[in-house]
Amino acid sequence: MELLTNVLAATVVAGTPLLLVALGELICERSGVLNLGQEGMMLMGAVAGFVATLTSGSLIVGVAAAIVAGIGMSMLFAFMAVTLAANQYAAGLALTIFGTGLSAFLGAGFVGQSIDGFTRVAIPLLSDIPVLGRVLFDQDPLVYLSLIAFAGVAFFLRHTRGGLLLRAAGEDPDAANANGLKVLVVRYLAVAFGGGMAGLAGAYLSLAYTPLWTENMTAGRGWIALALVVFASWRPERVLLGAYLFGAASILHLVLQGLGWKSSTELLAMLPYVVTILMLVLLSWNPARTRLNTPLSLGQPYRPGH
Amino acid sequence: MLLLERRPVDSSLMRWASPLLALVLTVITGFILFLAMGKDPVEGLRFFFITPISDLMGLAELGLKMAPLLLCAAGLTVCYRAKIWNIGAEGHFLMGALGASIVAVQLVDVDSVWVLPVVLVAGTLAGMAWAALAAGLKTHLNCNEILTTIMLNYIALNLLLYTVHGPLKDPYGFGFPQSVMFGDSALLPDLIPGTRLHLGLAFGLLAAVAVWVMFARSFIGFQLNVVGQDHRAAAFAGFGARRLTWFAFLVGGATAGLAGASEVTGPIGQLVPQVSPGYGYTAIIVVFLGRMHALGIVVASALLALTFIGGEILQIAMNMPKAVTGLFQGLLLFYLLTCDAFIHYRIRLKRPAHPSTHSTATGEA
Repeated sequence: MELLTNVLAATVVAGTPLLLVALGELICERSGVLNLGQEGMMLMGAVAGFVATLTSGSLIVGVAAAIVAGIGMSMLFAFMAVTLAANQYAAGLALTIFGTGLSAFLGAGFVGQSIDGFTRVAIPLLSDIPVLGRVLFDQDPLVYLSLIAFAGVAFFLRHTRGGLLLRAAGEDPDAANANGLKVLVVRYLAVAFGGGMAGLAGAYLSLAYTPLWTENMTAGRGWIALALVVFASWRPERVLLGAYLFGAASILHLVLQGLGWKSSTELLAMLPYVVTILMLVLLSWNPARTRLNTPLSLGQPYRPGH
Repeated sequence: MLLLERRPVDSSLMRWASPLLALVLTVITGFILFLAMGKDPVEGLRFFFITPISDLMGLAELGLKMAPLLLCAAGLTVCYRAKIWNIGAEGHFLMGALGASIVAVQLVDVDSVWVLPVVLVAGTLAGMAWAALAAGLKTHLNCNEILTTIMLNYIALNLLLYTVHGPLKDPYGFGFPQSVMFGDSALLPDLIPGTRLHLGLAFGLLAAVAVWVMFARSFIGFQLNVVGQDHRAAAFAGFGARRLTWFAFLVGGATAGLAGASEVTGPIGQLVPQVSPGYGYTAIIVVFLGRMHALGIVVASALLALTFIGGEILQIAMNMPKAVTGLFQGLLLFYLLTCDAFIHYRIRLKRPAHPSTHSTATGEA
């Protein structure tokens, strides 16, 4: 029981950065914009959060800096992909390559330094629930924030006018535009939200998960999150489930080693990537189903009046 | 107010001016960056762009870095022309290096002219096998190739790390994660004696020529172009999309695999974890910058090769972080895509509508 509780708690921690970035990308894709630059925005969030925390001594400042960095990066993308109607694949790739380079450049002087990262804050009463209390209510504040973000996104998409407008922009921008919706503004906002969430996810890595900065510390999580959104059929509840599933896959090697399983670290480190491919296979083999769930205008630039 | 207006016809001038414009903008940004860091910008840019190619030794090093970039880019060109978004050149490259090394280590004591070809073919096949995985996932299981190729890159890297830490680890290597040095008969001959430049560059140039012939002269090149430009038209014409997808992936895997094999049998001579500084990813920039054209990717691969060497020189000479290479590459791609928008669009000054209607009205009266 003790082991199970710890494994589940670690799963939630490992799944949290994925949840944060995937929720942002979910909103972005629902507006019809596919931003492949998640990895770049996360890395910028991670380095900005770390450097800001180190210099200011405040984790709150670090988190804010990470969100700002993520949004800033996403605006570069939005300018290319939304305003200039550039190919979204290419623009997203550019964002990842640029973010990887820029974060490594900015963080070069901070490798090897350490900060006091986020620590667990138990929520009174709730944390006393057996198993579940430790797993969900005795975590660091960013885990709680990710759960609030999840609830917010789910509610926004399903029960608010804004959510409806967002989905309209993603499904049929022409019709939405004809109804007076400023599609480009909606898409800018959605991209900005995605950027902020990716920045926050990066901050989770450099301020809570492993409170330090190393080059490329996201290790493909931004890409896994993109697969996660496909896996979730663009639905928030499935994003939550998927994030923890992938979280479990990424700590499986620690669990197996803890149980005395003898295997190479490198081989086990492949697991999350293999699981991602398997998930994609499972979810995509039926093209009709994929088409049914994908936001109709996903990946297509929109130019009003053309 | 400035207005972005679609051009009636795409600008062919802008198509080729865009990379130059992007380079100029990148250099200007670099200039500002040096100033901001309190370094001499002229000196910095000279170290980055001029110093590396100011003597024969430097040019040879440039060719050395060009070889893998050009090979990878040639294969990616075939994919991207058909709008197959293969991001997996890095993985094909690593598998090529791994496959070649496994064979080379077995043949370490064999002295025969056949050793090198066998090793290179092994690497090429390994790259193709890795690409075939992504091709099968796309054509038969309908998986998005961007995501699968990225994941396969990470898996390939871990496989390579596993191999150098495990089965291929040199038992007398003082614990370093690396293979034994290959035998002399498994090493690529030098192109220019006394430098490290090896036959790999010739492979790259040959691949570029092959790409040119393919798209200028061959039916399959034509089919790939049509599939890329209009999927429906290709279907009506009866071009098999599946077959073309497999073809593009296998070419991409073969060239990148050969690049990986050339890297371990060329300058390195053994398998090490850091066999690629990201050649497979940089090759993507090469393809875009080179306009998916054979000659273009040759020039672009030289420029991007320069960024690897320039970054190293700045690190030594001006105590700058080596990451300046990645920053420069990212900036370049960013500016390029921005400038590319003006192939299809132009900026026009939008005049207020009211006075112009008024003047027309008076004119008619």
